[in-house]
Amino acid sequence: MSDSLLERTATIAVLVENEAGVLARVIGLFSGRGYNIESLTVAPVDETRRISRITVVTSGTEMIIEQIKAQLDRLVPVHKVSDLTLEGPHLVRELALIKVVGRGENRMEALRLADAFRARVVDATHESAVFEMTGAAEKIEAFVALMRPLGLAEVSRTGAVAIARGTKSLTV
Amino acid sequence: MSASPDARIMTGAEVILEALKDQGVEVVFGYPGGAVLPIYDALFQQNHIRHILVRHEQAAVHAAEGYARSSGKVGCVLVTSGPGATNAVTGLLDALMDSIPLVCLTGQVPTHLIGNDAFQEADTTGITRPATKHNYLVKRPGDLARTLHDAFYVARSGRPGPVVVDLPKDILIGKAPYFPAPVVEHRSYRPTTEPDPRRIAEAVALLKQAERPIVYAGGGVINAGPEASALLREFIRLTGFPCTNTLMGLGSFPSSDPQFLGMLGMHGTYEANLAMHGCDVMLNIGARFDDRVTGRLDAFSPGSKKIHADIDPSSINKNVQVDVPIVGDAAAVLRALIAAWKAAPPAPDRTVLAPWWRQIATWRGKDCLSYVQQGKIIKPQHAVKRLFEITQATKRETFITTEVGQHQMWAAQYFGFEQPNHWMTSGGLGTMGYGLPAAMGVQIAHPDALVIDIAGEASILMNIQEMGTLAQYRLPVKIFILNNQYMGMVRQWQELLHGARYSESYSEALPDFVKLAESFHAVGMRATQADQLDDVIHAMLASPKPVIADICVAQDENCYPMIPSGAAHNQMILAPGQEGGVAGVTDEGKVLV
Repeated sequence: MSDSLLERTATIAVLVENEAGVLARVIGLFSGRGYNIESLTVAPVDETRRISRITVVTSGTEMIIEQIKAQLDRLVPVHKVSDLTLEGPHLVRELALIKVVGRGENRMEALRLADAFRARVVDATHESAVFEMTGAAEKIEAFVALMRPLGLAEVSRTGAVAIARGTKSLTV
Repeated sequence: MSASPDARIMTGAEVILEALKDQGVEVVFGYPGGAVLPIYDALFQQNHIRHILVRHEQAAVHAAEGYARSSGKVGCVLVTSGPGATNAVTGLLDALMDSIPLVCLTGQVPTHLIGNDAFQEADTTGITRPATKHNYLVKRPGDLARTLHDAFYVARSGRPGPVVVDLPKDILIGKAPYFPAPVVEHRSYRPTTEPDPRRIAEAVALLKQAERPIVYAGGGVINAGPEASALLREFIRLTGFPCTNTLMGLGSFPSSDPQFLGMLGMHGTYEANLAMHGCDVMLNIGARFDDRVTGRLDAFSPGSKKIHADIDPSSINKNVQVDVPIVGDAAAVLRALIAAWKAAPPAPDRTVLAPWWRQIATWRGKDCLSYVQQGKIIKPQHAVKRLFEITQATKRETFITTEVGQHQMWAAQYFGFEQPNHWMTSGGLGTMGYGLPAAMGVQIAHPDALVIDIAGEASILMNIQEMGTLAQYRLPVKIFILNNQYMGMVRQWQELLHGARYSESYSEALPDFVKLAESFHAVGMRATQADQLDDVIHAMLASPKPVIADICVAQDENCYPMIPSGAAHNQMILAPGQEGGVAGVTDEGKVLV
């Protein structure tokens, strides 16, 4: 019983028809049934076959996560649903753009830390810098926390994209 | 989509009618309006498809549901944009909850006006997204034919449901190519229908060892076609197991069969619910462990191994964790179970079920549906029972629809169903106003059959305008109102849960139903005393016209047995005078509906 009440995070990849309304269906499913969305990303991945890939990070008990996958799978435009967390080793990345505004020592410190975190400077003025960073969510969060006292002004993040390691592939 | 050389070019409206014809549609229930005028114009100029003009779009959808449920075909609806579409929403959600295959065509403002708050514009695909199995907005003439064929495929495949196709007016008027229905597989929607043989083997292994088994069959068996109900009968005979039905499953197993325990759930029989509670192996086919059935989840059938067969994988392990999940069509699952049962070595001891049947006989001995009809006041249970007995004696094919409330439960309890597709009720959504339009749809599909809407005086008023449709098409639907001058189920809950404070549940200022019937060109009759009941039923059945029979029944009668909200199956309340568990209702229970 205690096992069934344990919550876990799941990173779920969904291959869908690239058609109007498909994202609304997925989001409506989560809001209508009261499931969590920690992050959600979507983009076309196969233009010729009109396939998009949605990566959704959610959390819940095992029963809820199974339910989320079954509910996603029965949406008419959904081709495949894959629980990457359950299925084995996988890579999760997100991209962030982080703007820091400041001068002097703060600015120098921000640039030094960016270097240590392998964040790229993609825009700079005398008073500001925009860092581009990819990585796991925790790494981005750590960097953002470090920037806060140094003049953090704005953060834009994509949410997670993910893919399984090795030869196993999710295709239609 | 590229135009294939054999595509015929016609107007969008003509493409739609051609697609409907191709899909075997004979009847469309609808209501015209500005955005769908081109389709009505095309309808006017052909003879293949019959249009039934309803009086309200909600009724069009319920009529299509009644038509679909009694015929096994996909129901078809045609409504205009804006209010036409929004009025249809209740019906669509009703069909979604009860898994009824429908295609609903909605008009839409022309594509160049979409998003401009045009006259009678609504975001129909947005509004109906959570109320349909799937929906489409057709924006290109070249997509029209394929989308319609897709819609019918989606509506009837897998777990059936309603599909909306939203049709901007410029698409209806402009030229479009017509393609016949494709034979290729759907790109993304391909539900599993054949069960996994390993799961079937696991199920049979469990069932062979069962000492206290029960089969719990639901609407999925009805949706799988009459063959599934025949297979269910065969399986129950073969195994010697007891069988219970959900509200949606009534008719999938003959009510007169000695192995039938009656309906289960909140107002199910004592024997069905206690057998569910006390069983050691439960086989659920085509039901979804709905809250009306399970009662308190953590006390639901605590000692049993559970096998659940459903065509919708999301129904499995949703409310109740099961031991053997089987994804598949009910008929395919039953066929496989029968074959595997026959192939497996016979159970060592065929008398193993005898103690279980003895226990069930003790529960049956409570006679939980008994009531006393004495004096002049008509008991509602008695009214339904006499209606059943008298219609049965006529040997006419009889279809029953209901509205929602006490009368619905009494109909389920006291009217016996021997065959599938003869019982139409709003189970999941619980839509008052369902029964009359659904009966219209049934009568259209079965012009010579006896179609009776067992109604309450409150529910019937929710779609009473459809009396006009009955008159126009000479549909001899019989409306049998159990008139207790209360929203009876609301009154019952107020009595049991809210200190008998009957807040707004009295049906004040009712119409004279006899005169109301007459004003709609139908026949009205009334029974106020027990000795008038049979005569009124006979007169109603003998009339070739639509009839409203206003049966004035006891006002304070409650529907028993009852599992109160938040209670378990073994805590049923029986009718006063019958001994049983008396469960108080907890605050937790009061939260539940």
